[in-house]
Amino acid sequence: MESIGLPLGVEPVTQRRVIRSEWTKLISLRSTRWAFGATLLLAIGIGVLACIVFETRWPHLSAADRHDFHPLSVSLAGINFAQLSIGVLGVLVITGEYSTGMIRSTLAAVPRRLPMLWGKAAVFGAAALAISLPATFIVFWVGQAILAGEGINIALGHAGVFRALIGAPLFLTAMGLFGLALGAIIRSTAGGIAALAGIVFVLPPIIGLLPTSVANSIDPYLPSNAGGAIWTINPDPGTLAPWAGFGVFCAYVAIAMAIAAVLLVRRDA
Amino acid sequence: MIELVGVSKSYGKKAAVRDLSFTVRPGIVTGFLGPNGSGKSTTMRLILGLDAPDAGEVTVNGKRYRDHRAPLHQIGALLEASSIHTGRSAYDHLLAMAQTHGLGRERVEALIELVGLGEVARKRAGTFSLGMRQRLGIASALLADPRIVMLDEPINGLDPEGILWVRNLLKGLAAEGKTVFVSSHLMSEMALTADHLVVIGKGELIADVGVRELIQGASQSAVRVRSPHVARLGEAVAAPDVRVRNIGPDLIEVQGVDAEEIGLAAHVGGIVLYELTPRQASLEDAFMELTGESIEFRAGDGDALATASGVAA
Repeated sequence: MESIGLPLGVEPVTQRRVIRSEWTKLISLRSTRWAFGATLLLAIGIGVLACIVFETRWPHLSAADRHDFHPLSVSLAGINFAQLSIGVLGVLVITGEYSTGMIRSTLAAVPRRLPMLWGKAAVFGAAALAISLPATFIVFWVGQAILAGEGINIALGHAGVFRALIGAPLFLTAMGLFGLALGAIIRSTAGGIAALAGIVFVLPPIIGLLPTSVANSIDPYLPSNAGGAIWTINPDPGTLAPWAGFGVFCAYVAIAMAIAAVLLVRRDA
Repeated sequence: MIELVGVSKSYGKKAAVRDLSFTVRPGIVTGFLGPNGSGKSTTMRLILGLDAPDAGEVTVNGKRYRDHRAPLHQIGALLEASSIHTGRSAYDHLLAMAQTHGLGRERVEALIELVGLGEVARKRAGTFSLGMRQRLGIASALLADPRIVMLDEPINGLDPEGILWVRNLLKGLAAEGKTVFVSSHLMSEMALTADHLVVIGKGELIADVGVRELIQGASQSAVRVRSPHVARLGEAVAAPDVRVRNIGPDLIEVQGVDAEEIGLAAHVGGIVLYELTPRQASLEDAFMELTGESIEFRAGDGDALATASGVAA
């Protein structure tokens, strides 16, 4: 009924239109380009660097070092750092709106609010995956090519490798969405980044302070450890199975996103 | 049409708006007047559903704002000029807003031209002056051809040319039959732009009145009289509801009796008159009389200031 009364060109707000709008918002900010660039640089640069170090030092390494060495985890060393840059970008995608006041314009255009959160998550998740998937494969191929110099490389066909190479980008994407949810809950850039860094980097050593028996039963379920299972092969004993661990991590993300959604609808903007 | 019925809103213990009821009608410019911190911005946030009222109901063209399918076509709003991401260009900001309602680049370009931001449209909004941000906010408000245009302090930061432009724009929109609701803390500006006034102070409704009625109804219309015998003249016109005020040597202002009667009294008493000037109350005078002591119009006590900054934040 109402759309009959709309002037030429004006259409009702739909999820699809909100996604288009959120896409425009995402790519039109310099901070997005920087953070995605940093994610690429960290994921590829650190992995390649680590491979070069191991390849050149290999003849001089001790038996213990050689035993601990794994060609996949060395080439994916950068993922640990990329998770922070992509998580921070996830926080910024939403807190940037609160800190600048843009959120008022956004919610005036989408007063039902939830389509905005879903739109942001869809657009940012897709972009994060589109960046991190090629980055992971590039660093794997380049890294293995370097390690091949000493014959210590691993093939894509080796058990678990392909799963890890698919898993790392999925992990980074989920970490970005985790940041987005935390940012939506906390609504402040500094607070959101602190919460993310706290959960990812500070929580594990704190759990490590507990008696070993207690720590060992909690450790695998920490967000970063559970999520990490998907892109590791021959993991530490006690680690969750790859997809089970990733499932646990996704559950954390989903819970955080659900809290964000409830608060978004309930709170004053 | 915007309707508020018994709307109240508190932030913590501070009441920002108390039992506010009024209606904003189409086809005229309605001024929303009150000092800084009186609850104007809060009221506008409640209208857009950015904040939820604690009590009462707000409807926009008959429905809650959020229940409209194309909300930007119902209300185009300029909120505090900072409702933009400072890192995004004016063009991209407008495009993102437009896309939520199926509008595209042509509409965005047309509005950039309309508000005169053509040369800076690709620059980051963070580099904009307040005046340029106001123009961007107005462009954003007009994107979806809104039936209601609601602007919060639109002339802040504008140069005289810009102020004139906004004034004419608002009158033009009202003439097209749109509902125009514009807030200001400047009574002088409202006198020039608005047809109707909604006045609030400390979150409460003080007046909901036509500008012309307000001025005509003001008893403060006075007659200025210059004479070497002002004291005798004062006695000659004395009556219970007549007030005489000395405003200078040989100069008085008389309220409660018109110029003809004063002239007659002077003639009967043989008093020489040098000047006899009827003075229409300004909107400011009328407003002061209306509000009387009920509000402190210079954003007085600490409480009001605290509320003001709390609301702004």
